[in-house]
Amino acid sequence: MSILSMTKTLFKSIVHGPYTQLYPIKPRENFERTRGSIENDIEACIFCGLCVRRCPTSALKIEKAEKLWSIERMQCIQCGYCVEVCPKKCLHMRNEYTTPNTIKVKDEYVDARVSDN
Amino acid sequence: MGKRTVIPFGPQHPVLPEPIHLDLVLEDEKVVEAIPQIGYIHRGLEKLVEKRDFKQYTYVAERICGICSFMHGMGYCMAVEGIMEIEVPERGKFLRTIWAEVSRIHSHLLWLGLTADAFGFESLFMHSWRLREEVLDLFEQTTGGRVIFSVCDIGGVRKDIDAEMLNTMVSVLTRMEKELRDLTDVFLNDMSVKHRTVGVGVLSKEKAQETGAVGPMARASGISVDMRTLGYAAYKHLQFEPITAEAGDSYARMEVRIGEVYQAIELIRQCVELIPEGDVITKIKGNPNGEHFIRLEQPRGEVIYYVKANGTSFLDRFRVRTPTFANVPALLETLKDCDLADVPILILTIDPCISCTER
Ligand code: SF4
Ligand code: SF4
Repeated sequence: MSILSMTKTLFKSIVHGPYTQLYPIKPRENFERTRGSIENDIEACIFCGLCVRRCPTSALKIEKAEKLWSIERMQCIQCGYCVEVCPKKCLHMRNEYTTPNTIKVKDEYVDARVSDN
Repeated sequence: MGKRTVIPFGPQHPVLPEPIHLDLVLEDEKVVEAIPQIGYIHRGLEKLVEKRDFKQYTYVAERICGICSFMHGMGYCMAVEGIMEIEVPERGKFLRTIWAEVSRIHSHLLWLGLTADAFGFESLFMHSWRLREEVLDLFEQTTGGRVIFSVCDIGGVRKDIDAEMLNTMVSVLTRMEKELRDLTDVFLNDMSVKHRTVGVGVLSKEKAQETGAVGPMARASGISVDMRTLGYAAYKHLQFEPITAEAGDSYARMEVRIGEVYQAIELIRQCVELIPEGDVITKIKGNPNGEHFIRLEQPRGEVIYYVKANGTSFLDRFRVRTPTFANVPALLETLKDCDLADVPILILTIDPCISCTER
């Protein structure tokens, strides 16, 4: 039984200084595997709709005619299932998060290339 | 008999991370009875199996709880694998075991912090969570997420951990273990901590049996019950004994959980030594048809999963019985005859996870 058992830890932290980081002055480095946000390399996308069908939160939509692929950022749970099923491997999980927001953000990707035929 | 007063406790209370309501019947300062009420955060996750197919549901199952997320995902996957008779590759099983044990460390450190917070020892709380942060970093490095991992899949795991990272994990945990000794020394030996925990909320072995307590709650009352001894995943290859204590009070429950943190570090070491090379996932074909029942040991105790499938991609029924749900009767038992001031600590010593309980 002791009343001073915490002293060692306390002295150590006084010597060590703060364990926390002065965010945002010193931003946090993400790890390589960090599941941050989904990117689409839209030029490679064939608008097959597989990702849309598999997404557990219905965050994705495509308009095949307009060559439009969109993602509801606040709805996406970064599970990575869409990345796994995409046949063209054009989806990619970045290790950067999207900026925090107070409104629902929808990102649209349009394939602007003119088709050959 | 003194005058009886009823004090409502919760659903919002500084000590409760999640909402549960108790009507405390008091005689002077003593609690004579507690009547619980849940239902504040029911999300209908079991019903959702009808709307999400069985593969999508893997990601939903994980989100039943923010602390045992890995084990919820793993339990669901194991149940579906049981129906489809899929054999998970050995490496996959070892990786599951590693992540499950890291989850246990993370959960118990979280609990230690919350308990310190409940008896007002703020610096102890901060230091427990500081160490937990390192564990969360290990998770982020290996899975990509801090508390929700999305790595467990039907048939195995979706990500491998290379040998270098496995060694890093062991060295981080070994370094952490040293710091943890200083910290757990405070929990186990400090006078002010002992004052709040020793002899408080005693649950006898008989009462623990009778109320069906599970996990650390049962083990602290001298019942040696641990589902890991069933040998699921890679546990059959590992050497360990369930950690028990005899006293059955809040101190014993703390002792058991602290012991389990060290045990988990040791189990991870064993896994890293024994892990074989090879695939981490088996490809699955078709839809499940049949039913399966499975039991796992979560940080909070035994959890039960039941899955019934009908051959389509949507399941018929999915049922989870979480450890907190099983421990609520035991909690009510410990609350009898306790002081009003001890109620917050007693509620915390079952390590309540209300979101799990209500699903
Ligand atoms: S699965 Fe891939 S190719 Fe198909 S629509 Fe989605 S992003 Fe495009
Ligand atoms: S990461 Fe998951 S939730 Fe997000 S868009 Fe892809 S499938 Fe949907």
